[in-house]
Amino acid sequence: MLQHYISLLVQSIFIQNMALAFFLGMCTFLAVSKKVSTAAGLGCAVIMVQVLAVPANNLINTYILKPDALAPGLDLSFLSFITYIGVIAAIVQVLEMFLDKYVPSLYAALGIFLPLITVNCVIFAGVSFMVQRDYNFPESVVYGFGSGASWALAIILLAAIRERLKYADAPAGLHGLPLTFITAGLMAIAFMSFSGIQL
Amino acid sequence: MTEAVKAPSAKQAFLEPLIANNPVMIQVLGICSSLAVTSSMKTAFVMGIAVTAVTAFSNLAVSCVRKLIPGSVRIIAQMTIIASLVILVDQILRAFAYDLSKQLSVYVGLIITNCIVMGRTEGFALKYPPLSSFMDGLGNGLGYLMVLCVVGTIREIFGAGTWFGMTVFQTVNNGGWYVPCGLLVMPPCGFFLLGSLIWLVKTFRKDLQEPREYDTHREDY
Repeated sequence: MLQHYISLLVQSIFIQNMALAFFLGMCTFLAVSKKVSTAAGLGCAVIMVQVLAVPANNLINTYILKPDALAPGLDLSFLSFITYIGVIAAIVQVLEMFLDKYVPSLYAALGIFLPLITVNCVIFAGVSFMVQRDYNFPESVVYGFGSGASWALAIILLAAIRERLKYADAPAGLHGLPLTFITAGLMAIAFMSFSGIQL
Repeated sequence: MTEAVKAPSAKQAFLEPLIANNPVMIQVLGICSSLAVTSSMKTAFVMGIAVTAVTAFSNLAVSCVRKLIPGSVRIIAQMTIIASLVILVDQILRAFAYDLSKQLSVYVGLIITNCIVMGRTEGFALKYPPLSSFMDGLGNGLGYLMVLCVVGTIREIFGAGTWFGMTVFQTVNNGGWYVPCGLLVMPPCGFFLLGSLIWLVKTFRKDLQEPREYDTHREDY
């Protein structure tokens, strides 16, 4: 049983990397990866929200939205998108207020990133994948952590490379964002090597 | 961002984002889906149409109620409007093109968090009247569709030898001469193509080039 969860974790972090295998959260991935310290802050915030949002939506999906879950013959699954995004927005808002009140030091470090996360596709995609693959509650906790960690890992690696890239003498048009794209592409090729792992 | 003092005309709002202010190539928004769905033309085209419809109608709807939305809850209000439209698109796709909706999997739902949609409602529809907002949404959607088609065309023709599923180059497996370039249909290639496109645009638009933090040609290091 434990083996099952470990393999799910490894799979979600390396093989199905959110940023480099599914291209999710690209807007923030490219925009906020100039410095390792900021990238690490955003990565932590994503992990935190993901660990809360995926299991929460799993419960809502199982007990309210699924066909026959709330009342026999009632199928609310057409409301799924609007519910998920509402739950994510609410979790981010509550987390922001909670951190502000009880852990001000963490709030000072992560505060500016939290509102950004509502519109980050990683969270929404994590929830969608969880629903699509029919994970149960414990699996969704593991998957939430793994997918968040995979995105955090990717953005920290990219930021580390970009910190060096600014010294590079690239052609004027290539400098900056286009070069980041190509770097991310090479990283994606590197991560493809994990897809050979059998679990 | 168009920071005009008076509202831009509907035609201006439509034409501006097509080329001069293209959402993908110039503003670099909505990258997730433009990388993930472009490995074949069919998915790229349907995705482009879906995003165009959602952007145009969400702009129209937000613009109609822009004076009724209080500033503090505007994000949630916009999200709800966008999410309802995406649900509509998803249901229509499932009803009329089930295979395609399976291929696009989660990316249809991800239109909700596509930065282009949110960026346009927030940056344009909240300020300007419905007609020009609708045209602005349409223009942005079509600009996105255009980039998707360019990338999709390159990837499908050279990666699989087909275009919209029609054979362009007869591949070796089918007794032809063309050896498909497998890298092009694989995920990382989207990064390379889009990066090169932006590189091309920035070579011609000098005003968009990013300033260097370090002068690498200085002699006295």
